[in-house]
Amino acid sequence: MPVQMKEDRAVQAAPARGAAVPAVSVRGVSMAFGAERKGPEVLADISFDVGEGEFLCIVGPSGCGKTTLLRLLSGLIRPTAGEIHFHGQRVSGTSRDRAIIFQDYSKALLPWRTVAGNISLSLEACGVPAPERSGRIRALLAKMGLSHTARHYPNQLSGGMQQRVQIARCLAQQPKLLLMDEPFGALDALTRQKLQDEVARIAGEQRTTVVFITHDLEEAIYLGDRVIALASNPGRIAEMVEVGIARPRNQLETREDERFLAHRHHLFGLLQDASFSP
Amino acid sequence: MTRLLRGTAIPLLLIISWEIFSRTGSLPMDTFSRPSAIVAAGASGLADGSLLTATWQTFEAALTGFAIAAVLGIFFGVVLGLAPRLEAIVGPSIDALRPIPAVALIPLTLLLFGFGLKMEASVIAFACLWPILIVTVVAVRGIEPRLIEVSNALELSFAARMRKIILPAALGRITVGLRVAIGISLVVAVTVEIVLNPRGLGYTMIVAQQQLRSDLMYAQLVWLGLLGWGINALLERAVSRWPGAGVPGSDA
Repeated sequence: MPVQMKEDRAVQAAPARGAAVPAVSVRGVSMAFGAERKGPEVLADISFDVGEGEFLCIVGPSGCGKTTLLRLLSGLIRPTAGEIHFHGQRVSGTSRDRAIIFQDYSKALLPWRTVAGNISLSLEACGVPAPERSGRIRALLAKMGLSHTARHYPNQLSGGMQQRVQIARCLAQQPKLLLMDEPFGALDALTRQKLQDEVARIAGEQRTTVVFITHDLEEAIYLGDRVIALASNPGRIAEMVEVGIARPRNQLETREDERFLAHRHHLFGLLQDASFSP
Repeated sequence: MTRLLRGTAIPLLLIISWEIFSRTGSLPMDTFSRPSAIVAAGASGLADGSLLTATWQTFEAALTGFAIAAVLGIFFGVVLGLAPRLEAIVGPSIDALRPIPAVALIPLTLLLFGFGLKMEASVIAFACLWPILIVTVVAVRGIEPRLIEVSNALELSFAARMRKIILPAALGRITVGLRVAIGISLVVAVTVEIVLNPRGLGYTMIVAQQQLRSDLMYAQLVWLGLLGWGINALLERAVSRWPGAGVPGSDA
């Protein structure tokens, strides 16, 4: 069955307008930490592309190097081997074109700035002149359902609301690529589903390329155009699956879709095996 | 109201018995004075402006020294906090200088500056520098690494990173050092004045003592206590206004 999925990948994987250069291209990337990077390899020989406007989910057991991979894509850290290209340009550091959304929203927000102030930080970094900022902030707040919280401080908000603020701040920088590191991992199930739908909608509207890390297999299938499953020790690509379920998706029906269940079966078994491998 | 009454019961009782014992002659007037005389001395000091002039002189020195220490301490504290390798070089020198009691510098500063504001302020600055410097280093080092990553991801310039991330994130803890330093600045100012600098409240106190004006001496002591209490209350209010103070990235 998975073979069949891969068959129609050619059709699905070209959502970008015949883009010859993929948005992201990862080639032979390996990563080790420790003194002089001689520690055990966290990632070994990872290669994949992300098409422009594609929503790619990366799923894997904890400790498989998912977060490291995302940090490599953002440019916060450099690989020990291999290359990452972003729209044809080699990634050698961070860029405002690539926004990263961290899982620990409470640590990523500035506690001394209000919600509006946190969003403003991105606009200030992008050099948006002060008179324009308030309008842009208002629009982003409305988009993320945060309008009533503009004057609140982050610690006055629930976890879900704080994560919305972080997402709004990242959208404010109008990135070409949105990197999301288990953004909903710390949220309750209902909030998570709501935010999943919002992120899917916004990414679809703006045709932003998204790389979304999660340990939740169902979340990966539900959100992704494509799902990459990583195996651990060292982190490597175990499987790549084209989801092929039309959008907009629906929390109830999509999750009951035959293809959804088939992917879930296939990847579940794979991740189980992978997490036991030495 | 009843709590206030209960709290003031002991001081009131002491003051009243002080007055009574003094009037019956059980307490020698030249060392203990008496509350009514102290209040009168304080009132006349306030009325003729001598108390306020001395207060201003002490404050001038304390604040000048404190301001110098705050600027130097925060600047070098941030630099050392951001550059652990530099700290490894400078750290031992700091640890060698820090234990020198500030008042031991009085002879040296007297040679350098003579009597007056400069000499007093430099001793105060030396005393205030260390708590501010050390707290700032710790504060900068304790900044949530995620916030530094956010500033990297946003490609903030060095100046913007300082102004928008590092200083505000560290400010909560730095204010703790500043509060300690303000207290130290007053203590050192009065000490330097009592020991030898002919200006300020410390000097007027030692003069009052030498003239056997214990009433005036006590009045100035009470006045100093009130000033210290007032400053502390002001600082506390200023600090509590800072959202997320002391705990960068405080949890939800």
